[in-house]
Amino acid sequence: MIEQLPALLVVAPILAATVSLVAGLRWRETGWAVTTITLVGLFAMAIWLTTEVYLGAGGDRIIHQLGGFPRPVGIELIADRLSTLISVVVTGIALGVLAYTRLGGPRGNGFYTMYLLLVGGLLGVTFTGDVFNLFVFLEITGLTTYAIVAKGESGESAIAALRYLVIGTVGASIYLIGVGYLFMATGTLNMIDLSASLAEVGYDATLVRVGFVFVFVGFAVKVALFPLHSWQPDAYQHAPDGATPLVSALVSTASAYALFRITYTVFTVEFLRATPYVTEVIVTIGSVSVLAGTTLAVLQTDVKRMLAYSSVSQFGLIVLAYGLVTQTALVGSLVHLLGHGLMKGGLFLAVGVIAAGTGARTVDEYAGLAERRPFAAGAMAVLGLALVGVPPSVGFVGKWFIAVGAVEAGVWPVAVVVFLSTMLTLAYVARLLEKMYFTPPARTGAYTPENPLAADGSGETVSKGMLAMTVLCTVLVVALGFAGGTFDSLLGPFVEGVLNG
Amino acid sequence: MIELLATRYAYATFILLVSIGLYMVIASPNLVKKVIGVNLFQTGIFLFFVAAAYVDGGTSPVVPDDPAGPASAVVSPLPHVIVLTAIVVGVALTAVGLALIIRIYTEYGTLREDVLREVRTDD
Repeated sequence: MIEQLPALLVVAPILAATVSLVAGLRWRETGWAVTTITLVGLFAMAIWLTTEVYLGAGGDRIIHQLGGFPRPVGIELIADRLSTLISVVVTGIALGVLAYTRLGGPRGNGFYTMYLLLVGGLLGVTFTGDVFNLFVFLEITGLTTYAIVAKGESGESAIAALRYLVIGTVGASIYLIGVGYLFMATGTLNMIDLSASLAEVGYDATLVRVGFVFVFVGFAVKVALFPLHSWQPDAYQHAPDGATPLVSALVSTASAYALFRITYTVFTVEFLRATPYVTEVIVTIGSVSVLAGTTLAVLQTDVKRMLAYSSVSQFGLIVLAYGLVTQTALVGSLVHLLGHGLMKGGLFLAVGVIAAGTGARTVDEYAGLAERRPFAAGAMAVLGLALVGVPPSVGFVGKWFIAVGAVEAGVWPVAVVVFLSTMLTLAYVARLLEKMYFTPPARTGAYTPENPLAADGSGETVSKGMLAMTVLCTVLVVALGFAGGTFDSLLGPFVEGVLNG
Repeated sequence: MIELLATRYAYATFILLVSIGLYMVIASPNLVKKVIGVNLFQTGIFLFFVAAAYVDGGTSPVVPDDPAGPASAVVSPLPHVIVLTAIVVGVALTAVGLALIIRIYTEYGTLREDVLREVRTDD
């Protein structure tokens, strides 16, 4: 039974998506119920799988062979210590965001169909053990994200979605070229087989090196590293408020996780050590991304856009840690990956709650918000400080591990980059805090009326569920900040295994 | 150089198609042409996969009539399967892209990116 779980986790949301669509023909408003039931089930399954992988007797890796075909021929789904943790985050955040979309988000069965397909694609990216299937799941994730972004009300969202589609497709296709090179070099697509065959072919073979470059550039587009990030701010800004938390918390996270998988499971740490300059280049690209992302974030006036640029810098930090190749830095990057999903998800939820309640969207319109929306403003403040890296918060744990890892690796400039990015992050978060808590609200009609008509006519625009989820995210971010040692003991052995081959 | 082109023309075409596709994506102001550029880019990659699978004198990988007969070289079937899947993904992407373009057209009444930029800054 337990071997079937990874497959079930990928297939169930995709099947449920069709249920939501078909049932919608007969009954209206079935989408939310179907999605909730499915995601509760998925979340429970993900937790079960995780406990089994961590505590079960069957070893710390559960492999599902699709159709029972063994490795060189068949396709595998692999649940190990990292992928199960990611699956818990994916299903958990997807479930949490649902509470928001009940009242605030885009409605309609079409949206929920996309929502479930997106979750299915993300779980596919998480569990797949095959580099080509990774491409297919990336494209499923991409396609549904484009559709969800385009659900926004203005025409701007369609433009943002098209832009995202064109850039995202080119990125995924560049990854596919990389897969082609690897296939030409080794004749296999399975991740575990590839890692052995690549060593046989030799890490200095041109095909292998070029393959890595294409794969890395492809993921750099999907993760939104600095020069290739231009789709992200538009997409996040114009996506509907109910969808941005999901997209921002999960889509780039899954890509960054996949980049980790490809770099460390397929190419292995031996490749990084044997190939000159590759780690230096990764660290440099990451550092540039960190500094450029935070600098651009400081310049923004729209809060959603500001947070989107902040994602560019946070993912720069994660990718930079991939290139440091020390255990501490890698644990830090994974903790930051999980923590960033939670923090960004919570921040965009808070932005949505505030926009639904008061119509405020720019930093200036946030003036005096703390008095009128104490909980949303409080959540925003705590999550913002967590993003800066103030202890105790999960943001601090990730940054601390990465900085210590950089010092361990003897790459001092990276520690300076982390410090600088913290300062710059503080610059834009502090601006927000100052507006919310210390600036009296402007009197010139900067707001839309206090109570715009709710979509369901109940007069409420912010439901208890929306607020509860935002607060829950905040509590989790702080609570996980105390779990630094736990993270290290959970992920430490996995990363050690990855580093020692 | 001539010899390289004569023996590796499939890869030369791949590079050409991918470059033209990418150029269209970047340079063409027409949104539909951008999507066509993406298609061209992907088609180039399909060609790359098929060319990589090709074996000189290879036959299709089916069970021969006479199993005891002389073994012959076969073309690897895996890249073809991959390309088939990738074509499906490409069709889906084109559909979504064109649907988005229709929405943009009804909203702004233009398909050109430069006009679109002007219309949006006027608002």
